[in-house]
Amino acid sequence: MEIDLQTLFALVIVVLVLVSAVLVLVLENMIGAVAVSGTVSLGVAVLFVLLHAPDVAMTEAVVGAGLSGVVLALGLRRLGLWQLDGVTSDRPTEREKTDA
Amino acid sequence: MRSIAALLFAGGLAFLLLIIASELGFGEPAMLIGGDILAKAPDEVGASNIVTAVLLGYRGIDTLGELSILFAAATAAGLVLVRGNKDCHAGANDPVGGFILRTGADLLFPLLLVVGFYIILHGHLTPGGGFQGGVILAAAFFVLVLARPGADGSGGMNHTAIAFIEGLAGVGFIGLGLWALVDNGNFLQPMLSQGVFGKLLSAGTLPLLSIAVGLKVGAELAGLMTQLAEQPAAPRHDPAHPGDRPS
Repeated sequence: MEIDLQTLFALVIVVLVLVSAVLVLVLENMIGAVAVSGTVSLGVAVLFVLLHAPDVAMTEAVVGAGLSGVVLALGLRRLGLWQLDGVTSDRPTEREKTDA
Repeated sequence: MRSIAALLFAGGLAFLLLIIASELGFGEPAMLIGGDILAKAPDEVGASNIVTAVLLGYRGIDTLGELSILFAAATAAGLVLVRGNKDCHAGANDPVGGFILRTGADLLFPLLLVVGFYIILHGHLTPGGGFQGGVILAAAFFVLVLARPGADGSGGMNHTAIAFIEGLAGVGFIGLGLWALVDNGNFLQPMLSQGVFGKLLSAGTLPLLSIAVGLKVGAELAGLMTQLAEQPAAPRHDPAHPGDRPS
């Protein structure tokens, strides 16, 4: 069976999108999950470009990968779930202040 | 009693919507207008980007509806967020931005501004338009806020000015529509000379509508994100003690 280059490329993107989508659910790290949800949108945007819909691709990239990621990350910050592995704040948190 | 009334109301509303939906003939008559638009749009509207010709020319009122939905959503989010306690120091629990973020923001800001305005102004020629460009403009201003939050987390963003720009853009969009209504009897009908096909100054009022949409979306989202950033961050949740949740 002959597979042309574009189909192969689309297949790679589809696998990437599916893996990212599963990672969003599986990841323990909340910031990581937000970042991976951005990759889902980026992959879908590339698929839209392959389908000759650049307007839709642009909206998907800007809103899906940019805006919604920022809003989700700000929500995490508001909820106190902003936690990077092994990285702590330079400033002491409220609890550390009271402990000291 | 109140919950029974709410249940009755919700049930009645669902019943009403179901009746209306069952009466509507979805897909009847079949919409075969797409081919006609593709054939006629370059001559009728003069925009080389057919998508923009449809969004702002043939379906301008749908775009107005989209803008009002976005406005309602941003207003509702703002109403909920404004109630946060103002006396709490906004940046108290945030890590400091650092040199790389600040320098990167300074480099990115003009670039994003140019890209945003380019996409808005060329909406009738190349892919993109008011909405996409507007989001990029909002991102440009938010990058600044992120790098230099300042004492209150607003990064020097003036909410009055943002609201003013947003209102002005909205009034501009509706004003262009009303102007067309007065001029030839059709709301949001593209007007002015079509110019030379494919040039920057072409397609009549479409670029003006595109600028209005871009400024409105940009101001709205920048205001929303700044408002989110002004919220005091909750103390970090310690994964070692999953039991004590931040209050």
